[in-house]
Amino acid sequence: MIDVITFLITGAIVLGGGIGVIVLSNPVRAALSLVASFFGVAVLFIMQQAHFLAFVQVVVYAGAIVVLFLFVIMLLGVDRHEDIRAEPLAGQRPAAGLLGLMVLALILGGLFLSGPGGDDGAVALTGTKSRTAPISQLSESDSDITVLAQDLFTRNIVAVQATALLLTIATVGAVVFVRNKGGEDVVIDDPGTARR
Amino acid sequence: MGEPYLANGVDWGDLVLAVGKAVIAFAVLLVAVMLMVWFERKVVGRLQNRLGPNVAGPFGLLQTLADGMKLFFKEDIIPTRADRFVFQLAPYLSLIPAFLTFAIIPVAGDFSDGGNGSVTIFGRETFIQVADLPVGILFFLAMSSLAVYGIMLAGWSSGSKYPLLGSVRATAQAISYEAALGLSLAAVLLVSGTLSTNGIVQAQAGEGFLGIIPRWNLIITGFVPFVVFLIAGTAELNRPPFDLVEAEQELVGGFHTEYSSIRFALFFLAEFMNTVTMSAIIVTLFFGGPAGPNLGFLPGWLWGFVWFFLKLLVFLFTFVWFRATLPRLRYDQLMDLGWKVLIPVSLAWLLVLAAVRLVRGGQIDLVTDDFGNTLLVIVACFAVLVIGGTLLSMAIRAARQERLAEKGLIAVPSEGTRS
Repeated sequence: MIDVITFLITGAIVLGGGIGVIVLSNPVRAALSLVASFFGVAVLFIMQQAHFLAFVQVVVYAGAIVVLFLFVIMLLGVDRHEDIRAEPLAGQRPAAGLLGLMVLALILGGLFLSGPGGDDGAVALTGTKSRTAPISQLSESDSDITVLAQDLFTRNIVAVQATALLLTIATVGAVVFVRNKGGEDVVIDDPGTARR
Repeated sequence: MGEPYLANGVDWGDLVLAVGKAVIAFAVLLVAVMLMVWFERKVVGRLQNRLGPNVAGPFGLLQTLADGMKLFFKEDIIPTRADRFVFQLAPYLSLIPAFLTFAIIPVAGDFSDGGNGSVTIFGRETFIQVADLPVGILFFLAMSSLAVYGIMLAGWSSGSKYPLLGSVRATAQAISYEAALGLSLAAVLLVSGTLSTNGIVQAQAGEGFLGIIPRWNLIITGFVPFVVFLIAGTAELNRPPFDLVEAEQELVGGFHTEYSSIRFALFFLAEFMNTVTMSAIIVTLFFGGPAGPNLGFLPGWLWGFVWFFLKLLVFLFTFVWFRATLPRLRYDQLMDLGWKVLIPVSLAWLLVLAAVRLVRGGQIDLVTDDFGNTLLVIVACFAVLVIGGTLLSMAIRAARQERLAEKGLIAVPSEGTRS
């Protein structure tokens, strides 16, 4: 019973936040809606006993990424109301709608194919069984962190290291691009003196 | 891990217990904050050769209450250019994470003789903390990263330039120092082997080295993570010497310049609440929290509270001491300290700890069978670190030379370095 009530409230927050991101014309408020949505997703994770994922969701997405969004919005001063009726890219909205419908169909398909009482949506969608055991079947001492760590640092170790390398390259690349070689400061407002 | 009494389903008694704990914690924290404000003003006063508050109540103890009443009755001003909704929301975004963090701190309990610090209330076994999450310490990190929103949105929504500057500084500072905070925390998690705050305290309880030195993480992790955590924590709190966010001489009042009345009081409350909570977190992580000897004549769990409170007082005093002693850093010094000193140091230390832990197979006693082996690993680690550190500082120096040369401030060192 409590599960259902929590799910309904959280679902409303997630969906409301998602709609807010699209509908609100002020970028700062849209970013705040995104935070609300992330929070709802974190609560959904906790309901599935995935505590680690829930808090990583809050720390990384709500705590770091949206903060960076807001930081950029504030620094660039684009925090004015946008006219969201104009469509900057022709055909963008129908395409987005179509994509959304396709994702919805995929999720519903997975739900219906696995059927009532069927507990493995992974089999229905991909044909193979999920390689990790559901968290609900773990013993008390084996938390989700242990499972996650074992999976990440044994089977997926190459992927983890490749990601780390990629992120390092991206960071170094960003620094190289931003560094302004050659002496003069770039004046963005004046096209005559700007080097880049 | 997790609360023992939640193991078999939830009934109304459990609900009453949980709500009761939350209410008591809230009340205790509010009183603690009130006393902390008084303590800070009194100690800073004494350190500056003044008396501090001494009129309202005995020793001026009721000064905070009087100030709170005064703020309540002041006019609540919302600037015309403010974003009304966000402006009203921001103080709560500051206060709520500040309070929630306190939920994971074990404040009492008997951890001596292998006890797990639980007590029995209404026939239910529970810990003396609002909640023992399986990932308690991540909860602390999550809340401290959310607390940024309060400051950031307060500055932005005021529609005024000084608050905006203050909040941009605050955000940059919080993001920079959170990395160092998290890395020094990882050292503690490495030696404790758990994320639960209760588990971390349990790991530090019990017989220490040579019978007298306690098994605190402070010693097991080798002091460095503690120093990094203390510095990064002070920066995270925006307390002096890292209070650039509200540097009065430059920014009028920082992010809360436009706030008045009760909304200002909420920010003020959140700031002191964070100070108390951060001290409690330091005590939990590095000083064994409520773990300590049971000296008898009091119930065991109360001894836990006594030890916790004594340790907490030391850090509350330390934060006030910092404020009264240290001058404020410049913005570039702040960033240099965070990115070029604290993060590399805590990262390197984490690697050493991991290597030592690997070679010793999880033992933490001073003398083991393979002492020579351990020594070898430690020496090798430090050799690698010295080489790495030298290279890093050379790189930083070369970068600075080149930057100065580009600006024409010094002579160009050689043709090869210019591109």
